[in-house]
Amino acid sequence: MLCQNCGERTASVHVTRIINGEKTELYLCEQCAREKGELDFATDPFSFHNLLAGILKPEIHPGRSFIQTDGDQCKNCQMSFAEFGRIGRFGCSECYNEFDFRLDQLLRRIHGSARHTGKIPERKGKTILIKKKIKELRNELERAVAKEEFERAAELRDRIRELERRSMFQDGGEG
Amino acid sequence: MSLRDLINKELSKWMLAPGPESDVVISSRVRLARNITGIPFPNRATPEQAKQVYNQVQKALEDRTAFNLKLVDLSRLSEIERTAMMEKHLISPMHAEGGQYKGVAFSEDEVISVMINEEDHIRAQVLYPGFQVEEAYRVVNQLDNFLESKLDFAFSEKYGYLTACPTNVGTGMRASVMVHLPGLNLANRIQQMLQGVSKLGLTVRGVFGEGTEAQGNLYQISNQVTLGRTEEEIIDNLNRVTEKIIENERYWRQQLLKERKDDLTDRIMRSYGLLMYAHKMSSEEAVRLLSDVRLGIDLGIIKNVEPNVFSELIVLTRPGYLQKIENKTLKPEERDIRRAALIRKRLRLTQS
Repeated sequence: MLCQNCGERTASVHVTRIINGEKTELYLCEQCAREKGELDFATDPFSFHNLLAGILKPEIHPGRSFIQTDGDQCKNCQMSFAEFGRIGRFGCSECYNEFDFRLDQLLRRIHGSARHTGKIPERKGKTILIKKKIKELRNELERAVAKEEFERAAELRDRIRELERRSMFQDGGEG
Repeated sequence: MSLRDLINKELSKWMLAPGPESDVVISSRVRLARNITGIPFPNRATPEQAKQVYNQVQKALEDRTAFNLKLVDLSRLSEIERTAMMEKHLISPMHAEGGQYKGVAFSEDEVISVMINEEDHIRAQVLYPGFQVEEAYRVVNQLDNFLESKLDFAFSEKYGYLTACPTNVGTGMRASVMVHLPGLNLANRIQQMLQGVSKLGLTVRGVFGEGTEAQGNLYQISNQVTLGRTEEEIIDNLNRVTEKIIENERYWRQQLLKERKDDLTDRIMRSYGLLMYAHKMSSEEAVRLLSDVRLGIDLGIIKNVEPNVFSELIVLTRPGYLQKIENKTLKPEERDIRRAALIRKRLRLTQS
């Protein structure tokens, strides 16, 4: 396959972009991929100004695939993933959501794990548990509807409403 | 004001009483990093948002039923005052640089401190003398529960407590001990210890000075990993390693005493003599000599000097503190003269 940018060299880099939920795929040659500069390339893998930035930069290797998403910016604080790579700090707690799909590998390199197993805050923990329960019940509700078990579905719907009310109280109240 | 009064006034109360295993472990500390949901972290917050964080924490701390903490706005303190706070570990070096809407709240004995708008919105720490990591965690955990009842902390089920730097995410906890290891150093066992410790998910660094040459044989050992382990597991790991270090340090001190008692005594008494009579003293030299004297006290070579002199003078003779006591900016040369005078005075105070 030829590079979709220059149409001359053989494409060796596969870029997947997900922007506003729309997926586009691009096949580029190494040179065009570098020149387009959409990815923050590690030009010299041995020059680590910053260890973290080094970990984060995708290295361009023929035959590898990359994923980009939503212009790479956090919706809450407008920090880009490239900027995070440079300064090594996130801009806000929402960044963890926005860059979620890239975090697992990074966190595993830092901590050897990407899952919290420690303390859960009491007040917020309650909301988390309720939300989890609501999700479970919704799935059950869908199954009940599909099986035309309407009495059961009505019962589930009531329980979901009750939990939703409680979770709103948890979120908004007790400040 | 007498020197005794000055020390009592200037130093954190916790420093004045020795803790368990204090022949090796100077202090134990646990700090938690917390952030308020939705507001950008301090590195990205607008002044308005930083103010919002400051006000929210201030309001939470107004309820003094659980913790009676006094809040200080760092922008109202002089540079010397902030440096002195850093030298007694009440605030971090980064926080000591000051700035708008940065604050610190602390308990009267200065065991508890809560930094506002440091790298994270909230950095709460508990600092105890000696080897008391579990106790420090118990208290900081209670403080965390109290703050969480008032503030909406950023927490994700998957990643735990969300922090500005991904190296703190999860528990947001850094547990550490400050250890004094002259025995391991004199026996050339420090490198081995450092390598061993770093293989166990812990980090070691010198408290003073750069690189491997830690001034005053003081090292800080802390957990590196904050995600994927529980608070209890992290503390247990630190405790086990620290116990091993204590055991080793004591063993080598006894070996030195057995095999090189005259050399050791000569070294310790020379350092003591310099501290007692020198007219000028740099902070590097002071820390080094004080380490020898502390070893001498712990081994019974120097008698009639309280072991606490070491921790007290290590703080009091730092550049910022010295200037705070004198209440003015001093040139390095002036500092060296005042430092030497303060040490002479303090050591004579304990002899009488």
